Amino acid sequence: MRAFLFTYLALAGLLSLYLIQDTPLKQSMKRGSGIYLDFCVSCHLEKGEGVENTYPPLANSDYLINNRKKSIIGVKYGQQGEIVVNGTRYDNTMLPMGLSDEEVADVMNYIMNSWGNKSNQMVTPEEVSNCLKR
Amino acid sequence: MEKSIAHLFFFVVLLNSACGQGPDNEVHTPKSTVFSAELFVDQLQLPWGMAFLPDNSMLITEKAGRIIHVKDGKKTAIKGVPKVYLRGQGGLMDIALHPDYATNGWLYISYASSEGGGKGGNTAIMRARIVNNSLVDQKVLYKAVPNTTRGQHFGSRFAFDREGYLYFSIGERGDREVNPQDITRDGGKIYRLHDDGRIPADNPFVNKAGAKTAIFSYGHRNPQGLLTHPETGQIWDHEHGPRGGDEINIVKKGKNYGWPKITYGINYSGSAITDKTHMPGMEQPIHYWIPSIAPSGMAFVTTEKYPGWKGSLLVGSLVFQYLERLELKDGKVVYREKLMDGIGRVRDVRQGPDGLIYVAVEGKGIYRLNPDSQK
Ligand code: HEC
Repeated sequence: MRAFLFTYLALAGLLSLYLIQDTPLKQSMKRGSGIYLDFCVSCHLEKGEGVENTYPPLANSDYLINNRKKSIIGVKYGQQGEIVVNGTRYDNTMLPMGLSDEEVADVMNYIMNSWGNKSNQMVTPEEVSNCLKR
Repeated sequence: MEKSIAHLFFFVVLLNSACGQGPDNEVHTPKSTVFSAELFVDQLQLPWGMAFLPDNSMLITEKAGRIIHVKDGKKTAIKGVPKVYLRGQGGLMDIALHPDYATNGWLYISYASSEGGGKGGNTAIMRARIVNNSLVDQKVLYKAVPNTTRGQHFGSRFAFDREGYLYFSIGERGDREVNPQDITRDGGKIYRLHDDGRIPADNPFVNKAGAKTAIFSYGHRNPQGLLTHPETGQIWDHEHGPRGGDEINIVKKGKNYGWPKITYGINYSGSAITDKTHMPGMEQPIHYWIPSIAPSGMAFVTTEKYPGWKGSLLVGSLVFQYLERLELKDGKVVYREKLMDGIGRVRDVRQGPDGLIYVAVEGKGIYRLNPDSQK
């Protein structure tokens, strides 16, 4: 009985250690979710669903999946003009939000790995700083 | 007979209550319009506020930190604009002229500023003059504290009342649990000052220990519409709700407008903020919007230029990208109408000294509504 209890506790401890241990991506996403709630949610909404014909969706957005660099540039410097997201045309303006490269990387990691989105490659502040306007 | 009258009575009462304020109060699309919209000032990135000078020329603020003077179609950038903290919803925001501008030349701007200690920024109010296309005699009349890197809810509209007091709004800066209900803190308030920044001796909280004595009313979320009612002289605001629950309020001295203790809105996630829409000691809005239109800018129509519009309230909608006209009766909204549908994010609306309506649209510029009769 004692041996069982001991192994049980040890295993539980190890498991929780494993669960608590955040990968760099998870840490970045956690910071990114805070940025998202602060800067993006009023337009793109809580589950990235957007507002039809006004604010494009981020959830399952083909634009976001296929235009990694353009999306980073858009979030960093603002985005204006016609784009097509999931077959719907948007011709609107997203202004620059004054985020640092770290913050852009964090929020990109959050939106690229939430609501069914998945990205294999983490966005780093270095990548963001190398994304120049135009 | 008596019975049928009773039925009729019942029916009318029912009809009336159906037309009253409810979440289903809808916005109508007019069958015919009384104006055509002309892009009057083009190529503006994000026009935030407008003011009309005595010579009918115009001052426009752009969020990125520019003040532009437009005269006879020619744009001139005003030099010496203070450095703005450009982040999230913050930047250079509203502009207003002193009621005696023609004699004293004072104008007022609101902007996000990182002045003072701490990382981030908060809303600041400045008085200045324009001489030779430069902003001079600059004096910061108010700067909200503390600075924060939060990107939301700077508020920052202006209004002068009939006695010449200056009112302005500061939103709760994304800290709803801390700021709006606490009169010792900035944010989530409407403020009142003398035109030179002094605190009026009869402001409601001048004798409350620790209070921010510039506060006129509190419990607001993010007011981006403020004006003096042309007939009653009362101050009206409208403010962004969370998801649903944008409000129009009559702003009274020392009153609490309830955010976030009471609201008609819910969190962006759909979860509840509170189950209360009423509480003793807290004011009710005269109108609330569900769903949110994200209101910005507000003007009363006082001219006869547009048939049927006199006395209407005009409000910009950021999210639905139209200009809303609201008809009021006995202090309630009785009719809502959608104008310029799909024009873009409507940031500001004013009636010019020429009696025409001017509408600032993000990413586009300033539209002037030319009445059809003048075509
Ligand atoms: C004021 C409203 C607003 C805010 C706030 C906002 N966006 Fe946008 N966003 C837009 C609009 C409008 C577009 C489309 C612009 C166009 O038509 O070119 C857009 C486009 C995008 C796109 C590319 C299109 C897509 O659907 O994939 C991404 C990615 C994006 N936004 C991410 C963000 C992130 C991340 C934030 C917060 C840091 C944010 N946005 C904040 C309005 C907004």
